[in-house]
Amino acid sequence: MPGLGASFGRGGATNFLEDLANSDCIVIEGSNMAECHPVGFQWVGEAKARGAKIVHIDPRFTRTSAIADLHVPLRIGTDIAFLGGLINYVLTNELYFKEYVAAYTNAAALVGEEFVDSEDLDGLFSGFDPEHRVYDESSWQYEPEEPPHSGSDHPEEAAQQESAEQHPDVKKSDRAQAAGSGGPPIAAKPKRDETLQHPRSVFQILKRHYARYTPEMVSEVCGVEPEVFEQVAKWVTENSNRDRTTAWVYSVGWTQHSVGAQYIRTCSILQALLGNIGRPGGGIMALRGHASIQGSTDVPTLFNLLPGYLPMPHALQHQSLDQYVADAAGKAGFWGNKRNYMVSLLKAWWGEHATAENDFCFDYLPKIDGDHSSYQTIAAMIRGEVSGYFLVGENPGVGHPNSRMNRFGLANLDWLVVRDLQMIESATFWKEGPEHETGELAPESIGTEVFFMPAATHVEKDGTFTQTQRVLQWRDKAVEPPDDARSDLWFYFHLGRILRERLAGSDDPRDRPLLDLTWDYPTHGETQDPDASSVLREINGTGPDGRALSSYLQMKDDGSTTGGCWIYCGVYADEVNQARRRKPGKEQGPVASEWGWAWPLNRRMLYNRASADPDGKPWSERKKYVWWDEDAGEWTGLDIPDFEKNKRPDYVPPDGAKAQDALAGNDPFVMQGDGKAWLFAPAGVVDGPLPTHYEPLESVVENGLYKQQANPTVEKIDGPWNRANPARSDVFPFQVTTYRLTEHHTAGGMSRTLPYLAELQPEFFVEVSPELAKLRGLANNEYATLVSARTAVEAKVLVTERMRPIRLRDGTVVHQIGMPYHWSYAGISTGDAANDLLGIVMDPNTHIQESKVSSCDIIAGRRPRGPELLEFVEGYRQRAGVESGKVGLNGRDPVAAEAGEGSNL
Amino acid sequence: MTTISSASAAFTGRDPGNRLYGPVPDVTEQAGYVEEHPKRVGFFTDTSVCIGCKACEVACKEWNTLPMDDSHGVRDAIGLSGMSFDNTGQLGANSWRHVAFIEQSRTVDLPMPTFGRPGDDRHDHGPSVAGSGDHDSLATAQQSSVLNAEALSEFDPQTGQSGADKQVRWLMSSDVCKHCTHAGCLDVCPTGALFRTEFGTVVVQGDICNGCGYCVASCPYGVIDQRKGDGRVFKCTMCYDRLTDGLMPACATACPTQSIQFGDLDELQARADARLATLQGQGVETARLYGRDESDGVGGVGAFFLLLDEPEVYGLPPDPIVTTRDLPAMWKAAGKAAAMMVGVAMTAILGSRRS
Repeated sequence: MPGLGASFGRGGATNFLEDLANSDCIVIEGSNMAECHPVGFQWVGEAKARGAKIVHIDPRFTRTSAIADLHVPLRIGTDIAFLGGLINYVLTNELYFKEYVAAYTNAAALVGEEFVDSEDLDGLFSGFDPEHRVYDESSWQYEPEEPPHSGSDHPEEAAQQESAEQHPDVKKSDRAQAAGSGGPPIAAKPKRDETLQHPRSVFQILKRHYARYTPEMVSEVCGVEPEVFEQVAKWVTENSNRDRTTAWVYSVGWTQHSVGAQYIRTCSILQALLGNIGRPGGGIMALRGHASIQGSTDVPTLFNLLPGYLPMPHALQHQSLDQYVADAAGKAGFWGNKRNYMVSLLKAWWGEHATAENDFCFDYLPKIDGDHSSYQTIAAMIRGEVSGYFLVGENPGVGHPNSRMNRFGLANLDWLVVRDLQMIESATFWKEGPEHETGELAPESIGTEVFFMPAATHVEKDGTFTQTQRVLQWRDKAVEPPDDARSDLWFYFHLGRILRERLAGSDDPRDRPLLDLTWDYPTHGETQDPDASSVLREINGTGPDGRALSSYLQMKDDGSTTGGCWIYCGVYADEVNQARRRKPGKEQGPVASEWGWAWPLNRRMLYNRASADPDGKPWSERKKYVWWDEDAGEWTGLDIPDFEKNKRPDYVPPDGAKAQDALAGNDPFVMQGDGKAWLFAPAGVVDGPLPTHYEPLESVVENGLYKQQANPTVEKIDGPWNRANPARSDVFPFQVTTYRLTEHHTAGGMSRTLPYLAELQPEFFVEVSPELAKLRGLANNEYATLVSARTAVEAKVLVTERMRPIRLRDGTVVHQIGMPYHWSYAGISTGDAANDLLGIVMDPNTHIQESKVSSCDIIAGRRPRGPELLEFVEGYRQRAGVESGKVGLNGRDPVAAEAGEGSNL
Repeated sequence: MTTISSASAAFTGRDPGNRLYGPVPDVTEQAGYVEEHPKRVGFFTDTSVCIGCKACEVACKEWNTLPMDDSHGVRDAIGLSGMSFDNTGQLGANSWRHVAFIEQSRTVDLPMPTFGRPGDDRHDHGPSVAGSGDHDSLATAQQSSVLNAEALSEFDPQTGQSGADKQVRWLMSSDVCKHCTHAGCLDVCPTGALFRTEFGTVVVQGDICNGCGYCVASCPYGVIDQRKGDGRVFKCTMCYDRLTDGLMPACATACPTQSIQFGDLDELQARADARLATLQGQGVETARLYGRDESDGVGGVGAFFLLLDEPEVYGLPPDPIVTTRDLPAMWKAAGKAAAMMVGVAMTAILGSRRS
């Protein structure tokens, strides 16, 4: 979550769901919270019952809108323009929280002279490299303070690392995501102008950057009437001050865009200006789309991260541990302790084998050399570069955009392991599916050997979930899994055990990383299931005495401590599984600190030092949360302070202070190098230090603000199986957005097979407005065919007033189609896969696809069958001027396939 | 336990204890639980906070192991209904909770900022529903009144239908068996399969039901239903098996927004009255309670609702009357007719004898 990480220092929701009840105004934008997070939505209901305004900003009128006070229909993909409009409104009308902005944000920081804003380059910032389509971020840096109060221990090495950082191959490996816990490293603290008047101060740059984002411009770009915009602006600003707070809620409606991270950055800027971060009822509630998605980035399933958001070492950049930590060594903020965290991680993994002499086995870690993200890997499969693949709770043949391309990828592997509850499409693609109808896939020619391993469900295994607000909740196994179904822990533990047994006695150095691993978890039961709590304890880490650590502050870089994920340190404090605590809310305060355990250090609200003024007093009685107790000489309050307990509010770092000691007593954003919330991001976001409105790649509208139509750094994958619809094309004149329904679970593996859920949404459908239905002759509950440059899918039509055309100021009418994506051919509730329609283009920060907005055509009736479908879609491509999308057998390059070989593209 | 036969009241042509019609202070006692019995329980379904998640439908089916549309539970007969997000259609033998989805849209004369929500259309002659009756709502009202109608008329998409002057509201309501004070189904059941429980609810016993189907026709709400391929009737039991173990019904337990509230009926009624007053205070003049009135045609119900529109909009009868209300009168009329026929016959016989 680089959007939040770069802004505040940690890539997690700043507040917790229950805290929404304290909000005076809640804006839900980029989220259909009532449908996709119905349980958490109760706190929105609670806030509303207490008198809060609820605003829902969304292209569709959903079950969330039905409960909101105001629904604002906006054109898909224009949230930065809308939020930028609010920023401009706040700045122009001087409605920002002045004391908060001056003390807690980087508004006063000066940016270097080389920086040129996108307002002056028609949509580009300084440092753009058009050949590689990446930015060199060096011109976005702060003007360093003199003399530096804090800096690198090894300035030369740090400088070398920073220049390596700008290498295109390193860029592509997505350094931005490392800002998940710990803001992006900066060279030094900035020079400041406390009056905020300096033309190069962040505050003035911000003002200039958003000056053109007026209500009229919002109306032109977003299709939101100025009156409606002003209503939202009024509610938000009236409810953001010392006494009142506004919360923002988003989820994948923001992240799944080519500028997704920047959507979140825009909101971060707005909420920081309004003084809503670190305060009860405020914050940015990032709703995670799935159980333990937060957990799967904390202890990551991402190619470029190690646990606790430590970046994965890069082959070009990190030959040694020293090089790896050089960018952080000696810096201000808790990121300054990177070496402690890394050494503890290496000790947790390689135990006694990791010593100071061998760099704590740093060399054992695999190094990345480029972009190996999910979709790039799928493309590499089609090219024949990937031999094996594990799919664990993932159904790319349905759930990934351009599912057809994903199926081609799977068809070009040597082996595939699928661990799932059901026989999902990604396990049966080789024998059935749309490409078998068209002749593009043929079972006898697919070499992929598929191993299906039935998985235990969440009630059939012990372990934790880390949910949307960073709370780890342990659950005990309720029943044994049936038959051959096993937990993931069982699978990986025994796979590792068998591999190690096979390699036992090997003297090949390349086998050492595997053989030296600590792999000694106790097992129990007939199935020899490993003890999950022993894994959690290893993640927590231990001290020199072998006892569980209680805080990551205890971690050392001398090899005396261990810890599998430094941000989780404390979850096993006092040798107690803190995640297993279940004290009901009514037996404790509303913060409920004794229910489960939250990272970091059980702090429920992040940056809560900001709930007090610079002197440490609550901003108001109504919004008091954490404050300085002068008599006791400590921070206290309703939550655990997200601050050093005994650091006085008037503490000023002495010269030469390092890490946390370099942060002042009024620096609430303790993971940032300068302790401030970043209105301007001098590092950490690869597509610009300030969010700028770009149109989606497949927009049907011209960018009204800049010549630069779309995100210049967008990540693309070229191939006949991933053709893009041209922007503003008459052939693909409608916008389409994908989403989920309450009744189904993502790609349907957990719902389409269950009668009780399947019957509630039994068929694939799309939602269209009566206007579009009339325009295209579509009838309610009859079939329609949607076409893109990828393929065509058919769906039943729901004609509803809840969808509406957006009319822009210049008279353009934009029709938007809603398309839930749960279906495919398997199960009780079936239909074409919506994701087949989408192409893959990605946010360069996160490699997340732009599935929230693409373009298509829609016509009445069912789609052609068999090979006719290919001709039908190819015809569309030709008319739109798109290159041919025809592929050879199994998706391979046509020529090579004809020659009877795999692809060597 | 005393057995109460509806026929006894009917036969006399009188209904002294309101056994067939009218308010009953203690329906459980009337049903024969003369000793100490639990208080009458019920559901208060507040549709103004329903988010249409259908967790109630699923929890009900899970707990009561109800099949899909056929008795084998493999076929979904309806498919996509095309009626908003409602693919259940109605209550039936296999659907004891049913969430209705009603989409409404209207063009308003006075320009409105945007789509509204229930009650928003009352802006022009009342405080905003959005507000809590404080200054904010006044500000809102003023805000909307300064909107420029001319500017909005410019907003005219090609069909001329949608725009800022259109309001959409999406009503959601979880329907269920009403557990009537005067339950027609129970009154007509010839086998005793239907009975009044100690909690005041009405439950079918599947092992006694003979599938005659009288109850199906007697329910004024169309709730009780025969299962295809089985023949017997099924409906909501208010989770009788859970109640006897001190648990809440499955649907109320699963509801994430407290739209479905379970409890002692008198407490629920008080809560509902307060909620109605709050909403009306906020200007939601369309809010009303349904089934709360003990003097209605079924003597009030055990599962009542807060609605935001006319009952018909939700597919509920506006004025339900227990089908057995007129039994005494019908028996009287039938008795008279019988007597007359007997008289005619006697006359004929006697006459023929004479002749």
